[in-house]
This record gives sequence, C-alpha cells and structure tokens, in this order.
Amino acid sequence: MIVAALFFYLFAGLCVASAFMVIAARNPVHSVLYLILAFVNAAGLFVMMGAEFLAMILIVVYVGAVAVLFLFVVMMLDVDFSQLKQGVLQYLPIGMLIGGIFLAELLLVVGSWAIGPGIPQAIVAKIPAKISNTEAIGLVLYTRYAYFFEAAGIILLVAMIGAIVLTLRHKERVRRQHIPTQVTRNPKLAIEILKVRSGQGLGSNT
Amino acid sequence: MTIGLGHYLSVAAILFTLGIFGIFLNRKNVIIILMSIELILLAVNINLVAFSAHMGDIVGQIFALLVLTVAAAEAAIGLAILVVYFRNRGSIAVEDINLMKG
Repeated sequence: MIVAALFFYLFAGLCVASAFMVIAARNPVHSVLYLILAFVNAAGLFVMMGAEFLAMILIVVYVGAVAVLFLFVVMMLDVDFSQLKQGVLQYLPIGMLIGGIFLAELLLVVGSWAIGPGIPQAIVAKIPAKISNTEAIGLVLYTRYAYFFEAAGIILLVAMIGAIVLTLRHKERVRRQHIPTQVTRNPKLAIEILKVRSGQGLGSNT
Repeated sequence: MTIGLGHYLSVAAILFTLGIFGIFLNRKNVIIILMSIELILLAVNINLVAFSAHMGDIVGQIFALLVLTVAAAEAAIGLAILVVYFRNRGSIAVEDINLMKG
C-alpha cells in the first residue's frame, strides 16, 4: 500500500511540476518536452487507476503523435520567441487572480462532495471482474457506443482532410507531367525543318 | 495512507488550473496556448478515469477515449491553421489575428 502511495506522489508531483514548466519555460521546444513528460506521468496515473488501455493510448497518441506534431511545428516556424515572451508580467496578476479563483473553487468541490444515493444503481456498464481492461472497453465500445465510435472516426477524417487542405499549396515552379499535352503532341508541333545555307548559319533563317 | 478518489481529483484540479493560468500567462504565443488546452483536456481525462475506476463503471473510460480523439483532431487543425497563418504573415502574434474579422 505504501508503495502505491509513493508511486502516486511520484507521478502526480512530476506531472504537476512538468505542467508548470510547460507554461513557464522560456523556449517552446522545452515546453513541448515538458508536455511529453507530463503526459507520460499522467499515463502512469492511469495505470495506477486500472485503466491500462487508456494509458497506452495516451502514450501512443499524445507522446507519439500530438507532441511530435507540436515539436515539428515549433522547430519549423522561424519565430522570434523572445519577442512573444514580453508582456508576460502584464498578464501575470489577472492570470493569478483567475487561476487562484478556479483552484479555490475546484478544491472546494473536491473537498466536499458525496456520491448521490441513486448513482450506484445507475451504473451503465459495470467493469467485469475477470477480463482485462482492453477487453472490457472493447465489449462496450463496439456495441453500446458504436455510434460514438463512428462519430470519433468521422471527426478524425474531417480533421485529416482539413489539415491537408489548409496546408497544401501548389507551387508554380514545380514541373508536373501533363498527360493530355503529351498525347496531343505530333511531329508538326515538335520539329521544324530548316534549310541551312552554307556560310551563313541559322541566324538569318529563324 | 490509501490513495483515494480525492487525490486524483486534486491532481486534475491543479492541472486544470495550470492550463487556465498558462492561457493567461502566454497571451501572445499561440503554441503555448494550444499546449495549455491539451493540459486542460488531460485534466478532464484524469477526472473521467478516476470516477470510472471509483464507481466501477467502464463508460468513463470510453468517454476519455472520445475526449482523446477530439483533442488529437483539435491539435492537428490548430497547428495547420497556425502554419498557414505564419506563412501569410510571418509571425504568430495573437493580437494580429483579429485582422481576420470582417
């Protein structure tokens, strides 16, 4: 039990600390790396809660895809980040105020809540005892929540098409193969026969 | 010294607050704002999974999965818009984005 508590505080502490560094780091590349650390520790928390599948999905999707996407964009955009950083102190008081209010409200809620009497009877899909977490998710996701699953797929498709349409650009100087022009080309268009007089060259004929 | 639901909810609350705070702190840098939104969604996910584990109901994890999907799509579209904006203007300063209003 004490080991579980130790691991919880390790993961939670690292997660919160790296989340703080995400918003406080000077260099956005460091921010992305701290974001990766925060997600890995959150995955550790998920494992401790018994949601192994989601933990692995978090690693694959966030660390493997989203964070690397952020990293590429940060490195590709040649932005003067020191200029973007100025004016931080101007927004610090209002940020502290609103963040403090939020934290106080959330901690008040966390400190004094109770599960309603009707809730345990209203459980939709109880976690089965003997099968793995992945299997339990699959049993529910593909049956009861099949429409939600399809909607998630459509959202991803729209996001993919949208990102491609937004960032694709046709360059003028790239030479592409144009099949109709090739097919309609005939000897009249392609070659020209000239009589070359001796001693004068092509200069006067063309 | 048992770790209960309250501990996880506290972690999620702190992460959520850090995300909000990050949006205010880095008003000019869109990339950090997008990362703060990811932090907020992570806090939501921790809440969903914590309640799922506490109540013994798998539905919370299903919804966390859907939130993950939407977060990934949002990051992709947001960064694509950012790249196009940078290509057009040569900077990613947030104050200039309201030029797009009609």
